Amino acid sequence: MVPAPFLDIKGLSVEFRTRNGVVRAIEDVSLELAKGEVLGIVGESGSGKSVTAYTVIGLLDGAGAPVSGSASYDGIKVSGADETVMRDLRGREISMIFQNPRAALNPIRPVGRQIEDVLLRHGLATRQTARAKAIEMLEKVKIVEPELRYGSYPFELSGGMCQRVMIAIALACDPRLLIADEPTTGLDVTTQAATMDLVRELTQERNMAVVLITHDLGMAAAYCDRIVVMEKGVVVETAPVEELFSNPRHVYTKKLIAASPGPNSTLTDLAPTELLSPKIPISHCSPAKPVTREVMGSKKILEVINLTKEFPRKQSSMPCWPWRKAPRSEKVFRAVDDISFSLMRGTSLGLVGESGCGKSTTSSIIARLMNPTSGDVIFDGENISAYRAETFARRPERKKIQMVFQDPTDSLNPSYTAHDSIAEPLKRLLKMRDRELIREKVAALADRVGLPANLLSRFPHQLSGGQKARVGIARAIAVDPKLLILDEPTSALDVSVQAVVLQLLDRLKKELGMSYIFVSHDLNVVRLLCENVVVMNRGKIVEQGGADEILRQPTEPYTKALIAAIPHFEPQKAIH
Amino acid sequence: MGRHLKHFRYVMGENSVTVFAFSLFALIVFLAILGPWITPYDPLATNAANTLQPPSLRNFFGTDHLGRDVFSRVIAATRLDLGIAVSAVSISFVIGSALGCSAGFWGGWTDRIVGRFSDTIMAFPLFVLAMGIVAAMGNTVENIIYATAIINLPFYARVARAETSVRRGAGYVDAARLSGSGDVRILASQIFPNILPPMMVQVSLNMGWAILNAAGLSFIGLGVRPPEAEWGIMVAEGANYIVSGEWWLAIFPGAALMLAVFCFNLLGDGLRDLVDPLRRT
Repeated sequence: MVPAPFLDIKGLSVEFRTRNGVVRAIEDVSLELAKGEVLGIVGESGSGKSVTAYTVIGLLDGAGAPVSGSASYDGIKVSGADETVMRDLRGREISMIFQNPRAALNPIRPVGRQIEDVLLRHGLATRQTARAKAIEMLEKVKIVEPELRYGSYPFELSGGMCQRVMIAIALACDPRLLIADEPTTGLDVTTQAATMDLVRELTQERNMAVVLITHDLGMAAAYCDRIVVMEKGVVVETAPVEELFSNPRHVYTKKLIAASPGPNSTLTDLAPTELLSPKIPISHCSPAKPVTREVMGSKKILEVINLTKEFPRKQSSMPCWPWRKAPRSEKVFRAVDDISFSLMRGTSLGLVGESGCGKSTTSSIIARLMNPTSGDVIFDGENISAYRAETFARRPERKKIQMVFQDPTDSLNPSYTAHDSIAEPLKRLLKMRDRELIREKVAALADRVGLPANLLSRFPHQLSGGQKARVGIARAIAVDPKLLILDEPTSALDVSVQAVVLQLLDRLKKELGMSYIFVSHDLNVVRLLCENVVVMNRGKIVEQGGADEILRQPTEPYTKALIAAIPHFEPQKAIH
Repeated sequence: MGRHLKHFRYVMGENSVTVFAFSLFALIVFLAILGPWITPYDPLATNAANTLQPPSLRNFFGTDHLGRDVFSRVIAATRLDLGIAVSAVSISFVIGSALGCSAGFWGGWTDRIVGRFSDTIMAFPLFVLAMGIVAAMGNTVENIIYATAIINLPFYARVARAETSVRRGAGYVDAARLSGSGDVRILASQIFPNILPPMMVQVSLNMGWAILNAAGLSFIGLGVRPPEAEWGIMVAEGANYIVSGEWWLAIFPGAALMLAVFCFNLLGDGLRDLVDPLRRT
């Protein structure tokens, strides 16, 4: 029996008034959702998936308004509905989990009180019973010591715990429809898996309908019944999960599926030819193989010996009187704990682990942006950890080690044009003064990373994520470094852009003979680019070795958990 | 250059208030530069036969108790008032942002010293502090400028410190280190351009305030001395005559003062938009 549509969106179009005229964010979107069904909306940034959801829950910002079509929830028209109607629906009938849990929670209110707020608003609890109900909710979302956590502020909780609190708030009133807008962005893979399992468990228990918005096809495959693929505001394909992956009909769906790295894909699989700019010859994009190690000779370019980094622990929040000795049981926090590894010339090493495992600290120390507490970093036969990070900028070794940062937006100066950003290392490190010469060199670099020359005069906010990533890469390779540290260079990018950037990095490595340290939490991505992998947890190395071996036969339970948590799909096989 | 001109025109087209503020500002600057050549009479020339005349076609704003033309004096005063405000604000902008940037960037002891220093200044009632400085250092125009600069310093230092400290951990600062820039260069060429937009708002608000401050000091008899034309003194002198019905002596310089302050307060948003890279399209 096909249940009657519970959420029914018919031919919905939403327009935004902007400075450059009216922009149509979604066009003629139709979708249906039955009770208890999990619907995934998949698409890349700008595809209108969030706008669709925001229209349903009535949270479109002032500039946007539905212009045609309708969205109705259980027979009530919600598109363009009166605010008073929506206020009663929101939280009670329809709730939402947001992308960034820390930003969505009120930073100056204890989390327990925030759960109470929604209960009180909808009259499901009184002042007397609210506290008990809030604690019960915290218990349901599996927060340990809920009594204690009731009074915690969002900043005292980890990202995963904040998202659990968000879920508790969303489910507190037993709504019948939950909208999850990229609920696990910024969370570690293992936390992501735990969070999504929790959402699935709680929603199935209550027979709730769920709309899961995500850019991650693997996650959609693992948790949804049906998937809607959106591109540029238009629904291009709607199909049940098995059908979508075994037999994708639309070109865009095929492209998305191809671009998501699975456990068996190679770099060439990721993006079909038409996606690449003509400057990138396909033949260069072969999967990384350990063979290169012998080819390039086994000379070590980098050796890290017993590296340790300690940070002073924050003092307790209790006021500390001068006459009373503060409790100094553990004065320091060891972010990196006695690690050693080495990197051969011309090869790549993946540094994998969850957030807080010390991988970023390690890469900062190797890039000489941070001083180690103890241990040595031998680069090209020289102990570079002997030089202070503060003065390393003036040393000749500076230009041999460069870095590509995680967040392409944050790492470009907003008041510098793309050209200025790429020219900066040329001016400082190569002491180039001639404007014409710099211009030529920057143009050559832009060409090398596939950045159109007419974009060079633009400011970062006028560039897309992928273009900004290219500017960051061009800047890093401007001075021909021997070692390039890539700190999650693709984590902020859409899958199709990620595919192109990964291929670009692979090509550059071969052309310029660089060695990479690739920091990432995604083992599938690391495997594509790296011959060797170091898995870190709590500042220590858990496991290291060849990338393929570790991915296929992990020996340590931590590595196994890390791999198992990556949601993925087998394009050829049916899931479940 | 062409790019900047285009951006200027774009910002102007966006906001009519900004156009108004900038035209008013242009007028004030024009009067300040060319004032002495365009006044119909010598602002200092007394005329005993023609005292306390109400506004007429001959004397647009009337004449004062010494028979001087108020219109000419109001125009001639523009240069002095604007001069005091611009120099005072420039001094406090330069020193304040240098101190604030260093405090925000290096933190630690630099931060503590700069912080306590500005707290100390702000602990005084600012106008009284300015009076004290001028009284102690001597009654000259330069000392008015220094006094105004000193009392404005903490505001710049604080804005600059706050804006710098949120940016010192930004990715582009690390990227600049990788590009071989030292701390000072990072501060000057990476961070400073980005803290300019909020600083510009502060500058324009402060300009109006500095003009008021200079006029206030002159009003109570410190700083600029008669017979020099200055809005504050003119208001002070004219105030005695309001009761006897000669309102034009105080009203016109007062209105000029108000218009100038108004103009600078409106200018803030426009200035910010001009230096804010995010406004470029």
